[in-house]
Amino acid sequence: MKQRTELATRMTEKLDYEEMLGCMRCGFCLPTCPTYIRSKDESASPRGRIAIMKGVVDGLIEPDEGVEKTLNECLGCLACEPACPAGVRYSVLLEDARAAITEHKRATGQMPVRERLVRKVVFDGLFLNKAKMETATGFLRFYQQSGVQTLTHKLRILDWFPDQLQKMETILPTVPPKTERRRRPERIPATGATTARVAFFSGCLMDTMFYETNANTIKLLQAAGCDIVIPKTQQCCGALHGHAGEQTGAVTLAKQNIAAFEAEDVDYIITNAGGCGAFLIGYDHLLKHDPEWAERAERFTAKIKDFASILIEVGFLDRVPLSLPEQLITYQDSCHLRNVQKGALAPRVLLQAIEGAVYIEQKHADHCCGSAGVYNLLQPVIANDILEMKMGHVNVTAAQTIVTSNPGCHMQMQLGIQEHGTDSMRAVHLADLLVEAMDHHAI
Amino acid sequence: MTQLREKIGADVVFTDSTTRLAYSFDATPNYQAMPDAIVAPRSTEDVQAVLRLCHEHRIPVVPRGSATNLAGGTTPLSGGVVMDFRHMDKIVEIDEKNLTVTVEPGCITAHLAQAVEARGLFYPPDPSSMKISTIGGNISENSGGLRGLKYGVTADYVLALEAVLPNGEVLRTGGKLAKDVAGYDLTRVLVGSEGTLAVITQATLKLIPLPETKQTMLAYFEDLDSAARTVSRIIENRVIPATLELMDKKTIEVVEAYANIGLPTDVGALLLLEQDGPLDVVRRDIEAMHAVCLEEGALSVEVARDEAHAETLRYARRIALSALARLSPTTILEDATVPRSEIAEMVRRIEAIGRAYDIQIATFGHAGDGNLHPTVATDARNHEEMKRVEAAFADIFAAALDLGGTITGEHGVGAMKAPYLEWKLGPAGIDVMKGIKLAFDPHGIMNPQKMFAKAAKKRIVQGGLS
Repeated sequence: MKQRTELATRMTEKLDYEEMLGCMRCGFCLPTCPTYIRSKDESASPRGRIAIMKGVVDGLIEPDEGVEKTLNECLGCLACEPACPAGVRYSVLLEDARAAITEHKRATGQMPVRERLVRKVVFDGLFLNKAKMETATGFLRFYQQSGVQTLTHKLRILDWFPDQLQKMETILPTVPPKTERRRRPERIPATGATTARVAFFSGCLMDTMFYETNANTIKLLQAAGCDIVIPKTQQCCGALHGHAGEQTGAVTLAKQNIAAFEAEDVDYIITNAGGCGAFLIGYDHLLKHDPEWAERAERFTAKIKDFASILIEVGFLDRVPLSLPEQLITYQDSCHLRNVQKGALAPRVLLQAIEGAVYIEQKHADHCCGSAGVYNLLQPVIANDILEMKMGHVNVTAAQTIVTSNPGCHMQMQLGIQEHGTDSMRAVHLADLLVEAMDHHAI
Repeated sequence: MTQLREKIGADVVFTDSTTRLAYSFDATPNYQAMPDAIVAPRSTEDVQAVLRLCHEHRIPVVPRGSATNLAGGTTPLSGGVVMDFRHMDKIVEIDEKNLTVTVEPGCITAHLAQAVEARGLFYPPDPSSMKISTIGGNISENSGGLRGLKYGVTADYVLALEAVLPNGEVLRTGGKLAKDVAGYDLTRVLVGSEGTLAVITQATLKLIPLPETKQTMLAYFEDLDSAARTVSRIIENRVIPATLELMDKKTIEVVEAYANIGLPTDVGALLLLEQDGPLDVVRRDIEAMHAVCLEEGALSVEVARDEAHAETLRYARRIALSALARLSPTTILEDATVPRSEIAEMVRRIEAIGRAYDIQIATFGHAGDGNLHPTVATDARNHEEMKRVEAAFADIFAAALDLGGTITGEHGVGAMKAPYLEWKLGPAGIDVMKGIKLAFDPHGIMNPQKMFAKAAKKRIVQGGLS
């Protein structure tokens, strides 16, 4: 009981009471929330979750496993935020509550050994350090190229792993060789007249496993007339840390990134992963209590822009004709691009401009696909239910091409096709499809 | 609890503190109480089993839809069981021969509306919460909406109900009949009974043909009086618009400050007018309304060119709540209603009451049916101000009654307005209602502390006004 009270105190200190009070409990968020739509359980809704957090702070309930479970089950897609009349920043409350729980578990030695280990490897190792990420990706490339993957499949070694992990393994993209990744210059000039000076946020996963997509994004920016700089000292954005309650790690990364980018005199900092973009744009909140960094963070976040929006802004479509062989295309929003960065329109405008292809909007394109970072690994049952609903809508469109704007969504949609789709479907990142359309037109 | 679980299944009975907390409130500011359990029945039989058990053990039961109500109606103030209809949300039948739809109570109202519109039929009641609220909740609160003037409220569309009485008996009222006058109208008794009599488990609703076209218009007025005169004159001219919405000066200012959409802030009021129906009728009515607006001195009138333009005209009204909600930590949206001829007088009185108690009140609402939403921006933590807010609302209800109006037009009485119900009904009215309550619910287990207050508030001459 004593420990619980301690967690309640921690949450009370951490959570912004003003923000919780802002929720007028009108329920406008309910029909936007994937976990609520799935279960129709108020404790799985944003309104319910805020009430539960406030209930802990107000001393109405103790922060027990039920509280932790309901917070863990939130996808963090933030579809609730644009729907909220009162403008409550649910994301901030969720992140702070999760951080309080993680800190508490660590301080009281309540974190199970396995979770501690996973967190250490993932958050302190892999994502906090780009070099380690490189090494890990190197292993993945080795695994894919050396025949070990084929062998693993043949020997059914993966049968020993959880179901969801097995499925994810089969849809991992093929990693390009490290040498190719190292050859990329730090500065890349525009093709033709310069329209903007931009810095590219290359990301960690995007720059290793989805290197090709990064290369394509740069190609598009170039063609749109952008002078591009890719600062070498930039790091992972910290989104995974932030969402998992590892705020200290997130803050470290944020500071490194701000320092890396403020050295460059650019109009915008461009992202091509919805999740990263949304987290970068929230650095000002993450660092608002740090007198040395608050202002620097604000200047940084003011420059964040997703690549589709900048393409539209600098007149990419006037410069570059796009066409594709006849096909139906649908778009799956990246929740964070849509709900946090407000970037729902630009991808659609770009897709509709491709000659030969027909764009068809899927019902509830704005609903999360269930990927949500590592959510699909941590909450496989809920994630799969949500994916199944999603693929139901995708199948109705009969589209052959499902376009995404975030690596997590991309892999999840591939999984969706494999599990609930048809053979003629493919999932593709918007940047990859646009380059495909650019090249196709050139032929 | 063990018995509950045995009767209807352990997977639909919840007693953990997290779930109980999540069902401890509705959309009413400042009301919260923990239930002892949440049950989610799958069928009428489940509802019967739960009620029998609760009846036997005198456990309070609170039926709850999506809890969007603004009068504390679904807050479990006496604890007990909250009955949740997540599993009973089906559209049972759309009967195109009789133009009816039969639904389970947990069906979201917007889903019902979409399903019938797909067949060219129309379910007109459209509470602003319809994307969230359930039909069961709408029936229990007798909800209204933007189309109330022309099409009426929920009660005007309920033809038949299946309900479970607290003793577990099933009661069936009405039918798919246009004419049905056998005995007391128990359908009407149950509609708007706010879960205090029985649990509705199925409803058959009247449908009408879907209007073919719709036209939208926005008019600005220099002062409230000319806007209010316009409302009366339109109806005098035998035009019943589908929508006739009013925003006062303060609401316009707040909306413009929030959304920057270019609303003129030097005007006194705006009216949003819509008509639907056959194209020639819509054209004729829009022209007639346009003419009245100009005759009454409208500063400008804008008729929508197409649907996209119509949407921009509706935008200001649609975001009024968002704009007001962002003014302060607590937003209290009330629901006083007067005869439409008294709209201007009522808004003036609300303004005076706001000044007298030194609180911020903005008013918008359904001018066509006299249903106004005076909305207060305040902070629930400021106890001194909350007292003034409460006193101001008492004065607002008193003013509405003085003008021949009522204390609620579409939100229900719940716990919030229970002390004022006697002002409207008088002691005789309360006695009859209590008698009805006793006939349905002899042990008083159904949604206790709602509708009937322990004591009515003393009605004083409007306190803040001298």
